[in-house]
Amino acid sequence: MTLNTEQVEPAEPNVGTQGMTVTARTQRQLVTRRFFRHKGALFGLVLFVFVFVLAFSSIGFGPIPGWWDKPWTGSGTLLDRGRPTLSVIPEFLGGSGIHLGEHPFGQDNLGKDYFALTMRGAQISIIVALTIGLVSTVVGTVIGALAGYFRGWVESVLMRLTDVMITIPVLIIGAVVGQMAGNLGPYFLALMLGVITWTSVARLVRGQFLSLREKEFVEAAQAVGTSAKRIIFKHILPNTLGVIIVSATLAVSSGILLETALSFIGFGVKPPDTSLGQLIETYRSAMVTRPWLFWWPGIFIIAIALSVNFIGDGLRDAFDPRQNRVRN
Amino acid sequence: MLAFIARRLAISSLVLLAATFIMFVLVALSGDPLGDLREQSTPQAQAQMAARIKALRLDVPIPVRYFGWLGDLFRGDLGVDKSGHAVSSQLALATTATMQLVIVATLLGAFIGITIGVVSALRQYSSFDHGITFAAFVCFSLPVFWVATMLKQYLAIEFNDWLRDPVIPLWVIGLVAVFAGLVWASIYKGRWKGKLTTFGIGFAVTAVVLYALSASHWFADPGLGFPFVLVVSLAAAAGASALIAGWENLQPMYAALASAGVGALLYYPLQQVLSDANLLSILGLALLTIVVSWALGHTLGGLLRRQAIPLAVFSGLLTGGLIFVDRILQAWHSYTVSVRNRPIATIGSETPNYSGDFWHVSLDSAMHLLLPTLALILIGLAGHSRYSRASMLEVMNQDYVRTARAKGLPERTVIVKHAFRNGMIPITTIVALDFAGVFSGAVVTEHVFGWRGLGAMFTKSLREVDPTPVMGCFLVAGAAIVIWNMIADIAYAYLDPRIRLS
Repeated sequence: MTLNTEQVEPAEPNVGTQGMTVTARTQRQLVTRRFFRHKGALFGLVLFVFVFVLAFSSIGFGPIPGWWDKPWTGSGTLLDRGRPTLSVIPEFLGGSGIHLGEHPFGQDNLGKDYFALTMRGAQISIIVALTIGLVSTVVGTVIGALAGYFRGWVESVLMRLTDVMITIPVLIIGAVVGQMAGNLGPYFLALMLGVITWTSVARLVRGQFLSLREKEFVEAAQAVGTSAKRIIFKHILPNTLGVIIVSATLAVSSGILLETALSFIGFGVKPPDTSLGQLIETYRSAMVTRPWLFWWPGIFIIAIALSVNFIGDGLRDAFDPRQNRVRN
Repeated sequence: MLAFIARRLAISSLVLLAATFIMFVLVALSGDPLGDLREQSTPQAQAQMAARIKALRLDVPIPVRYFGWLGDLFRGDLGVDKSGHAVSSQLALATTATMQLVIVATLLGAFIGITIGVVSALRQYSSFDHGITFAAFVCFSLPVFWVATMLKQYLAIEFNDWLRDPVIPLWVIGLVAVFAGLVWASIYKGRWKGKLTTFGIGFAVTAVVLYALSASHWFADPGLGFPFVLVVSLAAAAGASALIAGWENLQPMYAALASAGVGALLYYPLQQVLSDANLLSILGLALLTIVVSWALGHTLGGLLRRQAIPLAVFSGLLTGGLIFVDRILQAWHSYTVSVRNRPIATIGSETPNYSGDFWHVSLDSAMHLLLPTLALILIGLAGHSRYSRASMLEVMNQDYVRTARAKGLPERTVIVKHAFRNGMIPITTIVALDFAGVFSGAVVTEHVFGWRGLGAMFTKSLREVDPTPVMGCFLVAGAAIVIWNMIADIAYAYLDPRIRLS
């Protein structure tokens, strides 16, 4: 199992014994093929791209302006008690037509445009989740790879460290870290949360390394005097890429739930910045009078987490060598 | 085995010790413990600050403070919080509250999740299976605080409103009945004719039951009554023994039926005893039930005693449980009046200043437990159903299951005896680890429902940068993780003889 793309032979059709056409495909082609034939995964991918593009293009990000004209800060005048103006039922079905309106997601009690606010929350939550996934995967992979390849005292030290980290519930250490880093902005918070959630990846990668380092190709590499660094990164790591990618996706989805939960109990993203969890906490008491303030952020959290979970499931099936339902 | 436990305990305590050090340092660095006093401009602030610095030993480096805390811990003293209250007494109260919340939720979530998972594994690639898979994905992606707030709004507040005139509209009955029929039909395996019949029966039964409940205003004053207790307990006894022992082995079924029947017939005599019950007498009655059912199973079980005894005990306890629920519901009417017709509570663990007899107080805590438990179950359900489905599928494809079928064993025996028992081995570990991890879920749930448990204690003292209570909470949560991990290992080795602990 290698992901080397140099071998991409022009898929020359061989006429097989039974008149079947057999095409040679590289691992990457196989994985991509299986992934795009997985309906759930495709649905997840489309949903995630949609949410991502919507969140970042609408109100703009940093210096780049977006197509939505209202800012997420600053208040305005309340129109129709801040009710959402979004309408999706076309006129011929008795609705008021498909349009966004002045404030598609409504307004809060100060007249803030809730669409812009939700988009800002989604931006921050997506960034935090992706950072958590990236950082925890990189840290976990390095620790797991070192422990699994070198064995001996390196493994003892690293695995005891992992045991210690596992003893602390993620939400507890997350809250403590959030209390420390919350004031330093969401990016730093995401980095810190990534640094504490690497344990499961580390265990997974170590397990893979433990079995792969006994294989002949590693022995061959060692025999010709390849350096440990090269064996780890060029010989063994590509073979564990499937496992790592799948667990990275799952880390992103648990990352968004962790961040929103922390923001909800007050240890995550702090005002003036906002995140989906913090929006829910802020407007939780307005549930009776302005339910839309509670609905939209929740729907976006679910949409992001669900789409990432579906992508992860599709990737898991795509990387599974036993999975051969999709042949041609 | 003992050597293994001792070694594991030693290693685990060292790991926990290291974790306490990390936690202590992090909490101490997480903010300014004098923050609230610095903002005050009163003349006493300076003195208060000096007093707090002395009390919390803020003038010495953090590691020194840690070893001071550790020394106290080894003497059995968890220290005092900022305002001078002992942490140990607060911790005991908070742990009890969280336990209440978590135990029922975890057990129920595991039970329901495993049932769903096993059924969807037995009907792999059916529409039931696909539906459950999708639902599990949604549950995985649900933020627990969002679900909890929704439950509060739609289940509690609107349900309480609805209780004023508890009539279910016909279209709701129709929709629910169609849904129930579809679920049953999707579980049924066979020709479309059978599917259609299953749908019809499921639809009709659900519709009739809902209509009857609605028409008789059952929700205004719910209760079970003797006929219900009798029929349900006998049916459950028969069903359980049919599943475990099979229709062809009658002795275990007789034992189970006898145990359920005796229990149900004691319904009226028991009312007198139950009218002034307390926790102790209830536990005594439960113990008595176990002893009597055990004896029944032993005498009636014949050669199949090993199946008959657990079946009889299960039926006896189930019947007892039904009678218990029935008695609690008898307190419903006077309870709803005393809480202004809003029985489902949304905040806290008990109605403030509420007093009543044992049944009223029990109903009060049950009503407060309802929503948080539901939220926790919903979140836990997904994991359990996925894991048990995967594990069950793995086992069903093993050679020994094929052998069992090949030698002509009935499908029930193959599934219950050969597949299910082996499929559940990994699940035991997962349920054990679940108990270890529930703390995280409880923190958020407690925040939503204003429950004063470990989570609330943790968030409050962390916000105030008060290390001793935070460390107390962490000790409980960390010890739970360490101990339940060990229990999981031991259970695994006990259930799967191929694994040797060394």
